[in-house]
Amino acid sequence: MLLENFLERSARRYADKPAVVCGDETIAYGELERRANRLAHALRALGVERGDRVAIHLDNSIEAVTAIFAALKAGAVFLMVNPTTKPDKLRFVLEDCRARALIARRRRLLATEHLATMIAMDPPARADKRPVAPDTERGAREACDNGAKPAAPTLADWHDLLADDAYPTSPPPKAHIDIDLAALVYTSGSTGRPKGVMLTHRNMVAAATSITTYLENVPEDVILSVLPLSFDYGLYQALMSVKIGGTLLLERSFAYPHAVMLDAEAQRATGLPLVPTMLAMLLQMDLERYDLSRLRYVTNTGAALPVEHIRQLRRRLPHVDIYSMYGLTECKRVAYLPPEEVDTRPNSVGKAMPNCEAYLIDDEGRRLPLGSTGELVVRGGNVMPGYWERPEETAAALRDGPLPGERILATGDVFRTDSEGYLYFVGRKDDIIKSRGEKVSPREVEDVLTAHPAVAEAAVIGVANALLGQAVHAFVAPREGHEPSERELLRHCAGQLEDFMVPRHVAICDHLPRTANGKIDKKALAQSEAGTH
Amino acid sequence: MDELKTKLRAFIVENFLFGVDEPFADGDSLMEQGIVDSTGVLELIGYLEDEFGIMVADDELLPENLDSLDNLATFIDRKRAAVGA
Repeated sequence: MLLENFLERSARRYADKPAVVCGDETIAYGELERRANRLAHALRALGVERGDRVAIHLDNSIEAVTAIFAALKAGAVFLMVNPTTKPDKLRFVLEDCRARALIARRRRLLATEHLATMIAMDPPARADKRPVAPDTERGAREACDNGAKPAAPTLADWHDLLADDAYPTSPPPKAHIDIDLAALVYTSGSTGRPKGVMLTHRNMVAAATSITTYLENVPEDVILSVLPLSFDYGLYQALMSVKIGGTLLLERSFAYPHAVMLDAEAQRATGLPLVPTMLAMLLQMDLERYDLSRLRYVTNTGAALPVEHIRQLRRRLPHVDIYSMYGLTECKRVAYLPPEEVDTRPNSVGKAMPNCEAYLIDDEGRRLPLGSTGELVVRGGNVMPGYWERPEETAAALRDGPLPGERILATGDVFRTDSEGYLYFVGRKDDIIKSRGEKVSPREVEDVLTAHPAVAEAAVIGVANALLGQAVHAFVAPREGHEPSERELLRHCAGQLEDFMVPRHVAICDHLPRTANGKIDKKALAQSEAGTH
Repeated sequence: MDELKTKLRAFIVENFLFGVDEPFADGDSLMEQGIVDSTGVLELIGYLEDEFGIMVADDELLPENLDSLDNLATFIDRKRAAVGA
């Protein structure tokens, strides 16, 4: 089974059914299949060969979904690039994977050495006299400097390529098989440059099959996705919707939540994938004003939903199933909590999804029994073959599995299981503090600190200590109008945590340093500690 | 209306394009052009409140009211007229 078969099959069964709705536009399965085929032929004609990388740098749109299936049908490997990605990072990604084709709006096009073609989504503005690809000349000069012959990529127009009689509407012949790559998904680690997670057809079909099984998706589903297609969570909404023959309602962003909810009501959305910030915004709205009676499920992944928010959602939309899930790009998804467990175990991410196995290992790599804490490892058809041209990172992430030649994924996340095997996230392995020989979860200490009424935010790190191994140091930003003392916060911690978890110091700061993503910058805190000791 | 649009354009160029004068038409969708994203919308609303004394209700948070210079100017005029001349 190849990923593009999802579209080919659904087009046979549901030719006239809406496949994708985006803004005012709708495209039926039959038409989506025809356009994807035309574009696939076009890509081949423009120099894209089997296994070549095709970069898709577009907003959530019918065109983006068309481009994905076109690249697959051409036997190529697609990669989504977030529409807000700036030129430097776009260049990095294109060069890293030696992309052969780039599909984007005209002013985002940029030429690199290996590109054979650039496909512009929009026609040139009549008044627009600027060069189409501002970097073409620079790229050509750099290529000259390297001694390479500059061969500027051809520039094609999307609408011309899809014109009637330009290219056939039947699929091009396929040579690729399921163990070939279907996509690269670039993911940023906490350090260094983004790396491309390689995903085969088999990986993606396995993941999509498992997920649509536990979500119990049916052709009648209408999935409203606000998530960017460049995020694997968003990408799979499109793949899964096409797989089951449902309707994908694509939104560009959650900038206008009221407009999104009006669409959910008008289009009778049955599924709504969320991330915690979206749910937080929804809970601030008056949800009663929308008829959400058709909404069957919401899902969450990426970060944990606050228990309080889960409880609120259960109260306000009691008929909606909540799926708390956990996964990582390297294997798409690992676990989900069956909705019937969410009231009793709201802080669990459940158990491994169908056809996927997940268990905990100790520091020596030995499998742990239930009721333990350790690093989560994953095995299954959904596990990536590795990172694109990054042998060291690949070797660090993939370990030998039980079967000869098998590689299993070490997630770098620490979980605990209860006696029934339900998983609870403890923290990133790198973040775990070892104090007095005991493991301390920074998150656990942070949660205790933020539960104190005077504390708005807390960050906990480990600081090297000759006696303890690492000492637990906490930094807090107080709530407005409050002035807690270190002593009272330490007393508060001592009342709730095991002694080895109680921080050695609690520093009270005006505000905590942040990274570009808005997360608390623990590195900066660590550096400030190193400076003072 | 033109003076209003000029003012709005200046605000957008200053705060979202960081002074780089990338051309966009009065009718262009700010979201589609990638000029304003979800946090940008909140900043925009803050500006409308501070600069024009306009309160944007939750159900007015729509692209029709905010997603282009044309839409913004029409929205602001309408709100100012409603407050009473």
